[in-house]
Amino acid sequence: MTTRVYLPRDTTSLALGADSIAAALVIQAQERGMRLELVRNGSRGLFWLEPLLEVEHGGERIAFGPVALADVPQLCDALAADPAGHPLFLGPVEEIPYLKSQQRLTFARAGQGDPLCLDTYRALAGFSGLERALSMDCQEIVNAVTESGLRGRGGAAFPAGIKWQTVLDAPAAQKYIVCNADEGDSGTFADRLLMEADPYQLLEGMIIAGLAVGASQGYIYLRSEYPRAREILAAAIARAREQQYLGDNIRGSGRAFELELRIGAGAYICGEETSLLDSLEGKRGMVRVRPPLPAIEGLFGRPTVVNNVLTLAAVTTVLERGAQFYRDFGVGRSRGTLAVQLAGNVRRGGLVELAYGAILRELVQDYGGGTFSGRPLRAIQVGGPLGAYLPESQWDTPLDYEAFAGINAMLGHGGVVVFDDSVDMAQQARFAMEFCAVESCGKCTPCRIGSVRGVELIDRIIARDAPAGNIDLLRELCDTMEAGSLCAMGGMTPHPVRSALAYFAEDFSPDNAGPRPSAR
Amino acid sequence: MDDRVAEALAASIPRYRDLPGGLLPLLHALQAKLGCVPPEAVPAIASALQLSRAEVHGVISFYHDFRSEPAGAHVLQICRAEACQAMGSRALEAHAKTRLGIDFGETTADGRVTLEPVYCLGNCACSPSVRLDEEIHARVDAARLDALLAGLGEVVGG
Repeated sequence: MTTRVYLPRDTTSLALGADSIAAALVIQAQERGMRLELVRNGSRGLFWLEPLLEVEHGGERIAFGPVALADVPQLCDALAADPAGHPLFLGPVEEIPYLKSQQRLTFARAGQGDPLCLDTYRALAGFSGLERALSMDCQEIVNAVTESGLRGRGGAAFPAGIKWQTVLDAPAAQKYIVCNADEGDSGTFADRLLMEADPYQLLEGMIIAGLAVGASQGYIYLRSEYPRAREILAAAIARAREQQYLGDNIRGSGRAFELELRIGAGAYICGEETSLLDSLEGKRGMVRVRPPLPAIEGLFGRPTVVNNVLTLAAVTTVLERGAQFYRDFGVGRSRGTLAVQLAGNVRRGGLVELAYGAILRELVQDYGGGTFSGRPLRAIQVGGPLGAYLPESQWDTPLDYEAFAGINAMLGHGGVVVFDDSVDMAQQARFAMEFCAVESCGKCTPCRIGSVRGVELIDRIIARDAPAGNIDLLRELCDTMEAGSLCAMGGMTPHPVRSALAYFAEDFSPDNAGPRPSAR
Repeated sequence: MDDRVAEALAASIPRYRDLPGGLLPLLHALQAKLGCVPPEAVPAIASALQLSRAEVHGVISFYHDFRSEPAGAHVLQICRAEACQAMGSRALEAHAKTRLGIDFGETTADGRVTLEPVYCLGNCACSPSVRLDEEIHARVDAARLDALLAGLGEVVGG
């Protein structure tokens, strides 16, 4: 009898030694005369349990994790005799509370099988949204997206349906679909997980977008920091093309859509959509002045849909299960599900997909299990490097765009970075300015110069050089950057700085003893 | 012009010349072959893509990934972003600089390792993260970093 086992091949699992564990599994099984079929699946996003080994056993998939190389011989012994007796035994994978209690729509398939196997994708309802879309006209597809309430998942949360309608209504012989896969925010990995675990879902979403607005060419702009996602996407595109999901006659429909993978070159600013378009055109990634909107004059001056990976992926659910189904998740104007990414100093880091409206504190405590270090939790940064640092008084905020805007914070791409009490918030504020100085495209003065001046001011404050006056200047500088910058880079760098000043003022005061002992 | 550079240009330019927005893919291809985009290649690139030399130079210097000189035999990138900071990457960064005897953007005297900052490797649930050439490593502390460097085969730095 052959036993089928699964071990992920995503970035995090590989970074924790999954390849050497896979090799050891094969050798150890051979030595025992066990017949093993090893499937390299995607991760389920329970990164605190990676590398997570799953084994088909008694009609279900049982899990073991986190597996270290040294565990492999014992694990093989246990598989042959008493799996449940092994110390790493976690029970049936889908019964793990962290996973079972989630509301997975976009990430429902993640980790179930070989990410590149088209049969697996189809068996798990893949391409049923595309089939539906192929039977609809353009306006019907756009209407479905509009009615679903889907908003852009990249951070700006602009209604996807309105963007698509604008591109559909723009007359042009050539239109484009651009996927923003330049996931640069610290604390975020949802796009990467989706691309590495379920790449065909992204392709399907892009094909649907092409059908909806009349675009025959798509580009995925992937950051160069994701080498594994690059390999998987390139292979997925090739296989989809072989089976006529791409090309000039999609599944015999007579409709055309082509897709090209482009790799960034290490520039955070290229996650900003107009800068991304310049980069795709082969230029420096400079932010463009709007108007014109990319939906009217986008890539190469043509009407262009620019959507984040998760936005395009969500479209497949909307088409497959209907706008109303999707809309029924969420609260207020935040409809559907949010992929929360628990990161930083957190015990159980990973991806948690839930309907909008979950409470931040519950996520960090119940799913995250508190800090990794075991020290008290002090600050939570939500929404990447441009997001505010939230003090405990704000942890009961529900995860919805408007609620976060109401506390001068932002949900962004759903990254949640946890800090324990060893953090020095003056240093974090300094880093926010430093990062802006490093990554600014340089087009507008408040961002380019303001960020450098911001670092200098915070250095003076830390050095006790006229701190009160310099804190006032820093606040004024934040106002100028917010009001005068062209895009969110300069415009939102004040978020982390101001929140650090407002809620962690003691770290800027003369009593601050400087950097605390490190977290490790 | 160096023969290797001429060869790389001859092989890559026809492939990307007519590709819309082909400059970045062309630069990536050249760097993959040569380890950098040598300044002497800029005039040929500009002429093939009908750009000015200033435009090509502007692109090369804008993006962190492109280099005008080859890196060391190995490139070690340490994530400096917030999730890794929350797990001690500032100390890791300091350790790497001391261990290798170089700052960010520099290469060890023996040419073995180039040290670079990186802003997020998307591995933020298992921080701190480093990338050594094409491999990303999770939960890296000073001892693990030393082991990775020792695994490169030769003692580096001081």
